[in-house]
Amino acid sequence: MSDRIASAGDSVAPPVEGGPTVRLRLRAATPLSTALGLTLARDLRLAFRKRGQLVQPLVFFAIVTTLFPLAISPELSRLRDVAPGVLWVAALLSSQLALEFLFRDDAQDGTLEQYALSGQSLTWLLFAKTAAHWLLTGLPLALMAPLAGLSLGVPAAAVPGIVASVAVGSVALSLIGSMGAALTLGVKRSGALLSLLTLPLAMPVLIFGARATELAIKGGSFGAPLQLLGALAVLGLTLAPLATAAGVRINLE
Amino acid sequence: MAWTWFHRLGSPPYLYSLAARLTPWFAWPTLVLILGGVYGGLVLAPPDYQQGDGFRIIYVHAPSAWMSLMVYTTMAVAAAAGLIWRIKVAHAVAASCAPIGASFTLCALVTGSLWGAPMWGTYWEWDPRLTFELILLFQYLGYMALRSAFEDLQRADRASAMLAVVGVVNVPIIHYSVIWWNSLHQAPSVMKLAKSDMPATMLIPLLMMFLGFTLFFVTVLLIRLRGEVLTRERSASWIREAVTL
Repeated sequence: MSDRIASAGDSVAPPVEGGPTVRLRLRAATPLSTALGLTLARDLRLAFRKRGQLVQPLVFFAIVTTLFPLAISPELSRLRDVAPGVLWVAALLSSQLALEFLFRDDAQDGTLEQYALSGQSLTWLLFAKTAAHWLLTGLPLALMAPLAGLSLGVPAAAVPGIVASVAVGSVALSLIGSMGAALTLGVKRSGALLSLLTLPLAMPVLIFGARATELAIKGGSFGAPLQLLGALAVLGLTLAPLATAAGVRINLE
Repeated sequence: MAWTWFHRLGSPPYLYSLAARLTPWFAWPTLVLILGGVYGGLVLAPPDYQQGDGFRIIYVHAPSAWMSLMVYTTMAVAAAAGLIWRIKVAHAVAASCAPIGASFTLCALVTGSLWGAPMWGTYWEWDPRLTFELILLFQYLGYMALRSAFEDLQRADRASAMLAVVGVVNVPIIHYSVIWWNSLHQAPSVMKLAKSDMPATMLIPLLMMFLGFTLFFVTVLLIRLRGEVLTRERSASWIREAVTL
């Protein structure tokens, strides 16, 4: 129909039922990689403008790991046995802290809607935001976990294992958290609900992360649990961004 | 068209009347099978040579544990259908499944812990299957909490459906990670029941209970589904005719 120039005598055919449906899609001028870089840079810059909030998960992590010696005993030999669990539970809870606000501000001021309308893939843009979340919580936690570990009597030889397991595991945690944050975007006070949704999903990460840390502390080879953590992270990388984008769309509609 | 029957299921009035008509067809076999299974399991079956009469709790525990997974799968399939094809009724099915599944899971947990008391000497042991059931219960609770957190029904439907689909991906991961976790910390539990070694007098009541519990789930699902449809369609005109009949 559109190929011909309609003359006065032409009868315009009504749209054929069951014919191909045309989906309007805005084509973005910016390449995806630039858009991703800009999103990531924007989120990092916004975070660094509020340094007080930035260090909160880290301080929380430090405080929680301090609670255990106070609650259990100051004996390093006893603390060393519980150190993997303490480190991992504290890291898990700290990475939960910032989740509620992962998409919240951007949803309220309309940024997410603009992302959805920008013609860029919403999945990738939200993935960039999740990557920023990991850079701001997961990576610093991985660097800080050995310090907390040393204070719990962990030998210095275990440091590489602890850093590796927390770094890889927190990738999976950030991705799981981004799904929870997206699904609860439309809920007003979502903090407790968010934990209720994401913690069951995070339990396998906890199991393998704590196991890798435990093996690292005992001086064993922690390759197997670390690889399983990596598998969980890869599974999260492939599936979680899709679920996150779907969740954000549900709440934007 | 061959698919007409399927499309008719998507109509709330049709589904409402169909559920009402089907309920007795599932309810009576449920009653017969469960009563028969209970009699066979508690009276006819011989006591176990190791566990004595204590093993008889399996007639409630194993079917409950089986149903906790089966209901979750049903819920996730219905939720996925609702998400993909935007069938409202499928969301109603998923929403009706959740409390039933959570109850079965709780039942499996309680009976498992009661079974543990004489066998392990403690009510709670971090047995991989019990831990798995506990995490599954948390997933059900999360699903129901997410549903109730939204005021907008459509949003609640779609967000919780997404969670159910994510959760069903998580179920096998949790299952294997829990087994792996536990095998590193303690010896395998004493409750290894070799199914094939069971004599027929023990096995047949168990199979009756499995089937009975499955039909019980369908019966309760049909009843809950009618309630769910009524709530969702409360402002529709067909309700008045359907209810005053």
